Amino acid sequence: MIKKKKEDPEIPTASLPDIVFMLLIFFLVTTTIDMDKGIPMQLPDRGGEFKVNPENISNVLINAQGDVLIDDEIVEVAQIRDNIRTKLQSRGLDSDGKPKLIVSIKTQRETPYNAYIRVLDECKRAGATKISIAEPDK
Amino acid sequence: MQFTKKTAASSDIPTASLPDIIFMLLIFFMVVTVFKEFRGLPIQVPAAATTEKLESKRNVAYLWMDKLGRLSIDDKLIGLEDVEPMLAEKFAGNRRLIVSLKIDKDVEMGKVNDVQEKMRDAYTLRVNYATRFK
Repeated sequence: MIKKKKEDPEIPTASLPDIVFMLLIFFLVTTTIDMDKGIPMQLPDRGGEFKVNPENISNVLINAQGDVLIDDEIVEVAQIRDNIRTKLQSRGLDSDGKPKLIVSIKTQRETPYNAYIRVLDECKRAGATKISIAEPDK
Repeated sequence: MQFTKKTAASSDIPTASLPDIIFMLLIFFMVVTVFKEFRGLPIQVPAAATTEKLESKRNVAYLWMDKLGRLSIDDKLIGLEDVEPMLAEKFAGNRRLIVSLKIDKDVEMGKVNDVQEKMRDAYTLRVNYATRFK
């Protein structure tokens, strides 16, 4: 009998990196490290009402059509930032180094959420740190 | 003067451990990958330039509200009256809870306010208006 040539019992590992690379690329592509993003706010505590100097409050009203009224003056959305910034500067800073002015945003029940966020965004861009959310009129 | 030639240094990068490195990366991505099973209600969040990233996902609870005013927490459609007990329960488990409001841009503020009032009842005062970068 002729003895057969001995076969190599090893598994070829030369292509292993290729396979692993493919898996790696698959997971790289499918991974979504999705960060939550948005505008953080703090809601007022129940019953925690306190009095503030009315001079330090700027009332921002948004109606159902998305028109904005700042301290009884109609303001275009594009001008909110400059308007609020001027008001913030005129009131100066408090002991914590934050602007004294409190921006109170009030909407109507029919006001679209989009309009509210747009105004909130503009106020934040103007540098307002104290923003209060007033309850809409019934 | 005669210089003795130095032995040539090997210029090969050792690739023997390459699979190990790649395996490590692979395992990392396998572990961090989360296949989303539920995406909440179909909504379009408003855009804002001051959009910030939330610090930690662990403290976040999501509340969805679509155009029609339907509410959803934890993949369940709920009514307005269920908001307070559900959030209160979550708040009891995590005092640092942030409620991320994923609200469609066309929702009326009245409905948003109703939800916010329920949130105040549940003492979950930290709120995040989900927006996208402008």
